Amino acid sequence: MPRPGSAQRWAAAAGRWGCRLLALLLLVPGPGGASEITFELPDNAKQCFYEDIAQGTKCTLEFQVITGGHYDVDCRLEDPDGKVLYKEMKKQYDSFTFTASRNGTYKFCFSNEFSTFTHKTVYFDFQVGEDPPLFPSENRVSALTQMESACVSIHEALKSVIDYQTHFRLREAQGRSRAEDLNTRVAYWSVGEALILLVVSIGQVFLLKSFFSDKRTTTTRVGS
Amino acid sequence: MAAEQGVRCVRPPTGTGLGGMMRTLLLLLWFAARASALYFHIGETEKKCFIEEIPDETMVIGNYRTQLYDKQREEYQPATPGLGMFVEVKDPEDKVILARQYGSEGRFTFTSHTPGEHQICLHSNSTKFSLFAGGMLRVHLDIQVGEHANDYAEIAAKDKLSELQLRVRQLVEQVEQIQKEQNYQRWREERFRQTSESTNQRVLWWSILQTLILVAIGVWQMRHLKSFFEAKKLV
Repeated sequence: MPRPGSAQRWAAAAGRWGCRLLALLLLVPGPGGASEITFELPDNAKQCFYEDIAQGTKCTLEFQVITGGHYDVDCRLEDPDGKVLYKEMKKQYDSFTFTASRNGTYKFCFSNEFSTFTHKTVYFDFQVGEDPPLFPSENRVSALTQMESACVSIHEALKSVIDYQTHFRLREAQGRSRAEDLNTRVAYWSVGEALILLVVSIGQVFLLKSFFSDKRTTTTRVGS
Repeated sequence: MAAEQGVRCVRPPTGTGLGGMMRTLLLLLWFAARASALYFHIGETEKKCFIEEIPDETMVIGNYRTQLYDKQREEYQPATPGLGMFVEVKDPEDKVILARQYGSEGRFTFTSHTPGEHQICLHSNSTKFSLFAGGMLRVHLDIQVGEHANDYAEIAAKDKLSELQLRVRQLVEQVEQIQKEQNYQRWREERFRQTSESTNQRVLWWSILQTLILVAIGVWQMRHLKSFFEAKKLV
């Protein structure tokens, strides 16, 4: 806790001014953030997302296909001039890091146009810059105490734990989707095959019987 | 610390209603800055669905902001107040837990009560087709789940926490989220194992059944044909 006396004096002296500065700081686009979205991509569809990025910001796009077909999708990342920064066809998962070379709207698209009837579920994580700090007007000039820096490093470690957890959850969802697919396919196939077996075997017998019935009449006619 | 000072400066010594208004304005600005993140285009009758696979008792906050293409100015302008978005949230059992219409700019919140895949669907409520006029609606969307949904500025103000205390609180929330996710993971792995074992059982029973069917059919075929040929005096 800061010394109450000096903090109150500070607040009294620059109270309103501090508020306005805080408001202005909030108006300026934050240092960054991450968008993690899982969406459905119908067959023959293309879905594009856009984001305004400032020059020099380090961004990472990571995507993974969770359910559907062969679990692959086309991905394309373009800069504001339309130049293609990243383009991959039929990828199951990938991660791409780039630094924004200029200000503008960056666009990335996921396409399922090569698929005729399977719709896919795609997860992507678009990290722009650093995560916003806990306090919007945090004074980074003053050094953090040991406790605070320990907290920051624990926070970063936990963030990577959550990241790994997300990856594991997606892999598990993908595996479970395949297993459930397999289960239903086995059920349908076994019922279908049983029916086919019965139909074919009974049909064979009656067809064979019909051959011999005709032959019988021709032999009697020849005989007489 | 800054949050405390922020609180002190929005509650001036005079104690007028201006403090509350400023605070609301700051919160709105904060949300506005957060919400202008990623955006996509949506057609008039199009419905866009997003999936969130979350453990139970997890809060999800979604912020969205819409913009309509203005042909005269050839740029995207904030949508007219009449144009809203209909938000529908379904839980893993396909039961609707939130179905509400919001304005052109809105914030929806829900807490999951069952773990699993929740589906968030958005579509515009536009009935006047002239509003879109062949254009697309631009939707800025930001979905925060679990610990990310926490408003730390508000928590710091409400519980009067110092910077260190707030950081520790954030760590505690993060760890709780990890714990919930691990729990959910255990439940899902069990389901996965059940599915695999069911497939295994089905394949096993099917192969035994198939062998029995084949043998039975073979026997029936031979007996039937034998009696048929004996009747026809061919054997």
